[in-house]
Amino acid sequence: MKKIEIIIRPFKLDEVKTALAGIGIQGMTVTEVKGFGRQRGHKEVYRGAEYQVDFVAKAKIEVVVEDALVPSVVDTACKAARTGQVGDGKIFVSHVDETVRIRTGETGEDAI
Amino acid sequence: MNAADTSFVLVSAALVMFMTPGLALFYAGMVRAKNVLGTTMQSFTLLGLASIVWAVAGYSLSFGSDIGGIIGGLDYLFLNGVGGEANGPVDNLPHAAFMIFQCMFAVITPALITGAFAERMRFGAFLVFSTLWLILVYSPMCHWVWGGGWMGKMGALDFAGGAVVHMSSAAAALAGALVLGKRRGFGREPLMPHNLPMTILGAGILWFGWFGFNAGSALAANGTAANAFVATHLASAAAAMSWIFVEWHHRGKPTTLGGASGAVAGLVAITPAAGFVGPMAGIIIGAVAGVLCYGGIMLKGKFKYDDALDVVGIHGVGGTWGALATGIFATMNAKGLIAGNPGQVWIQIVSIVATWAFCFIVSYILFKLVDATIGLRISEEDEVRGLDVSEHKEAGYQI
Repeated sequence: MKKIEIIIRPFKLDEVKTALAGIGIQGMTVTEVKGFGRQRGHKEVYRGAEYQVDFVAKAKIEVVVEDALVPSVVDTACKAARTGQVGDGKIFVSHVDETVRIRTGETGEDAI
Repeated sequence: MNAADTSFVLVSAALVMFMTPGLALFYAGMVRAKNVLGTTMQSFTLLGLASIVWAVAGYSLSFGSDIGGIIGGLDYLFLNGVGGEANGPVDNLPHAAFMIFQCMFAVITPALITGAFAERMRFGAFLVFSTLWLILVYSPMCHWVWGGGWMGKMGALDFAGGAVVHMSSAAAALAGALVLGKRRGFGREPLMPHNLPMTILGAGILWFGWFGFNAGSALAANGTAANAFVATHLASAAAAMSWIFVEWHHRGKPTTLGGASGAVAGLVAITPAAGFVGPMAGIIIGAVAGVLCYGGIMLKGKFKYDDALDVVGIHGVGGTWGALATGIFATMNAKGLIAGNPGQVWIQIVSIVATWAFCFIVSYILFKLVDATIGLRISEEDEVRGLDVSEHKEAGYQI
């Protein structure tokens, strides 16, 4: 099992969610997050003075899937979230040791 | 005594009163969330403190019988003889109506200064400084210009307080910023406004109240009041637009804070001129004020002082321009440069220099005095926690 964290522009959230549902992803967790990459945030101007704001608002989607699904999830999320401009986001894939469905006690891939 | 004039001036006094809570919102939106109450508290408290100081001594020192052109006598101490009779400086109003109208000016002027030392001054020090400032700076200034003192006798034109209110508070603001020093993190971390809608609302209330401030300064329900109202509105409108356009050109985007700041800059600049100029001169004065004050807010970056909410850049630059512009554009009730009286410009310059010098020097001494006795500045730890919790044991927002 793998956990895929997809950090995207907030306005792309609906598009990515729909695209992932389209390839059979049944559950996901979404968090409003802030951060920056190489472009280092953005500038805001108050009374003519520029302030560097390091942390930009992003949405983070977390999904846990069986190993075989990883390439299609990553590919689908990439396509749906891409604008081609800096700040489109990142995807991280990591290994998951165990999953438990609390209601039934099922474990492993059955619980995803 | 005239009933229409009396009702107009009483309503104007109420309008000016509303400017101070308006100012509290205007300022409070521009500080960080942890200082929203501390900043509001300073303006709001002055409604209490300044009113009492004014009733006890300030009014008499401002409008009591003239002593050598410098200060008013003690005849009206504790409002002695100030009641419903028309025995005050103007014979169309009950003395009490004139006094309470002037009281509202004495409330908002020290409140303007608080923008300079926002986010770092101890509440107790603020109370002591404001009391001393009202007696030793505001009252003499008020007497000089309106109470029969030397500046008024010289012929300096200040319809509603370019010198008395705006330059005086800006000079004190500069002194305060220099004595207190910069906020922790100034120039390194972004010290950004936490709630601009609050600031816009405050600017709207200021604009509204300013009609009482400027039109009411005619002290009668007459044509001068109507003209002052129109000039005030148009100057503010022009300054809001000119600030927006100059900022758009300079920084790429038109901003709400810019529009609000421009409106206030226009109101400041038209204040000394309001009863002396026509509507088109009002537009010119406002439009220039928007551009000049936009430049004014760059001063603190250039000279490296931390006037937190730009009192010097807006009230200092705007008030000075307004005083000068009064000497240029006055055509009604007085004659300025374009009406064929270049000497008026010189008189205005003398009043500008004297106002800045007197108010800056005395304010600087007062700040130093308070600092040496009870201390001006909150501790570093309290500054990080914010004024709301450290000075008042409450928080503006529970999120």
